[in-house]
Amino acid sequence: MSAPTPAPAAPADPAPPPPAPAVARVRSRRARWYRQPTLMVGLVLLAIIVFMCYGAPLLTSFNPDTQNLLEPLAGIGQYGHLLGTDQEGRDTWARLLYGGQVDLRIAIIAVIFPFILGTILGSLAGYFGGWVDAIIMRIIDIVVAFPFFVLVIALVFVLGAGEKSIYIAITAVGWVSYARITRGEITVAKRQEYVLAAQSGGLSSLRIIGRHLLPNVITQSIVYAMSDIVQDILAIVTLSYLGLGVQPPTPDWGTMISAGQNFLTTQWWLTTIPGLAVVITGLALSLIGDGLADLLRTGAS
Amino acid sequence: MSGPLQLEVSDLRVEIDSHMGVVRPIDGVSLEIAPGEAVGLVGESGSGKSMTLKSILGLLPPDATVTSGSVVFDGTDLTRLSQSRLNKVRGRRIAMIFQEPMSALNPVMRVGSQIAEGPRVHLGLSRAESMKRAVELMRRVGIPEPERRYRAFPHEFSGGMRQRVMIAMALSCEPELILCDEPTTALDVTIQDQILRLLVQLCHESGTSLMFVTHDLPVVAQVCHKVAVMYAGRIVERGTVQEVFTRPMHPYTLGLLRSAPDVDHPGQSLEPIPGSPPSLISPPSGCRFHPRCKFAEDDCKASDPPLRPLEGDRATACLHYERCLDQIGTDS
Repeated sequence: MSAPTPAPAAPADPAPPPPAPAVARVRSRRARWYRQPTLMVGLVLLAIIVFMCYGAPLLTSFNPDTQNLLEPLAGIGQYGHLLGTDQEGRDTWARLLYGGQVDLRIAIIAVIFPFILGTILGSLAGYFGGWVDAIIMRIIDIVVAFPFFVLVIALVFVLGAGEKSIYIAITAVGWVSYARITRGEITVAKRQEYVLAAQSGGLSSLRIIGRHLLPNVITQSIVYAMSDIVQDILAIVTLSYLGLGVQPPTPDWGTMISAGQNFLTTQWWLTTIPGLAVVITGLALSLIGDGLADLLRTGAS
Repeated sequence: MSGPLQLEVSDLRVEIDSHMGVVRPIDGVSLEIAPGEAVGLVGESGSGKSMTLKSILGLLPPDATVTSGSVVFDGTDLTRLSQSRLNKVRGRRIAMIFQEPMSALNPVMRVGSQIAEGPRVHLGLSRAESMKRAVELMRRVGIPEPERRYRAFPHEFSGGMRQRVMIAMALSCEPELILCDEPTTALDVTIQDQILRLLVQLCHESGTSLMFVTHDLPVVAQVCHKVAVMYAGRIVERGTVQEVFTRPMHPYTLGLLRSAPDVDHPGQSLEPIPGSPPSLISPPSGCRFHPRCKFAEDDCKASDPPLRPLEGDRATACLHYERCLDQIGTDS
């Protein structure tokens, strides 16, 4: 570095950046957003699913819970039932749509709680390290020692079937993934100089975590949450299939699959259609997750 | 030394436990700053100058510990304060400016909010008040159109502009002392000059003292009144900038001055200091500079010379400092 000689004609200002970079940046980010085919396909698919489920009254005139014992196990299109009826004569199409409402709602709520809990515990472990980290990581080790479904099913079994038990069980098991992701990200990010700068500014640890670190690292957890919803939907459907989830007569894809399997050879659609619904919903959410990951990766670089 | 001291670092020692052994990046450093004064701390990489700065505010990496000594600021020893009480000093009364203005700003936070955060936390200003203050500070540090640029992100700023933001952040709570960790090293020379002038001018206006860490001697000459030269975790020479730069009393200082280009003598060839900085795990016995020193005698290897005060503010750790002065005399 040479001597800072007082430059004879120093420019008035160090190259003021072009006048409207903020606007340009937002525009380019938006342009990329809809050019991401995976993300767009996933979003469109999910939008259709959500519209169909929550727009159910527009798409069917049948009540999903009304039994009609005169028309049990109707075939496709029989008696005006688009997808036939089940054993109790309830309209399968109506149950599929209303059941989707229940499953989507539970899945979304069941992903929010572990997300929040895991992010908080993970950031504490990552930022403070030491014994805080040791305790939280040991708890995580215990939880991940069991397969996800085994632990969720066991917990719901203990807590009793029902929606509330699903939330508690999925939160108790699902938080560990978010905690690990956040911990890893924060362990790296806390070595950045802006964290040292924030510390030198006398900000409290919680403020540094909440205002400075989390906004920098939360994207990874958001991407993971998309694939986690898929897992949650599967868990909810599985629990209902086993009779531990949504209780009859509330419609739900899992109970539909389990109720229909007795008629698999004759009325295959009773099982296959809700199964396909699960697959398509899972596909839509996975595509969103992948697309989001790609988008945020390119956005970060 | 006139008036009460603002900051007094005495006999500070820091140790880092590494798998190679105990490293002592700071080994008995004493420094003082009077109100309104600008003190430079120079030395090559690894001499412990940045570490000294960080230990003042308790910002050492987790594996480093202060093993002895004190950092007395306004009557309290900062090394003994709890985290929460230290947070009332950090940013509020002692602020810090970092070397890399890009990495020292949070990439996902708006520039204005980062400046406004200090006043909000420390001075209890409302959102609107702190915003107004941030805009005012941005104007003071010479950021054009502060109202609009308040909402910009750090990556939309040039290096010089980012360093202006850092200065605005440092000044936001009107601290009594600003610690600068090589604030202009990452900038090119013309911008460096502007930033230094701005910093000196703003500190002068508000009577803020400066502690300035750098390896760039001309920068010290431009900014500081006094200078301390660090070598291998110790201060080897101290004095006013004028004195130290014209009459160095330590062969290391002399070496530093000779190894930097001088605009007034462009044809002069540079003289590097032979060897490399010593290991901080097992430093050489006696004077730590003796293996690289051309004036070294047997007594330099035998005893570890302390920093001895001379007339005025001068102090040197060299046993044979007259030889440096002789050398200057024969050269000119």
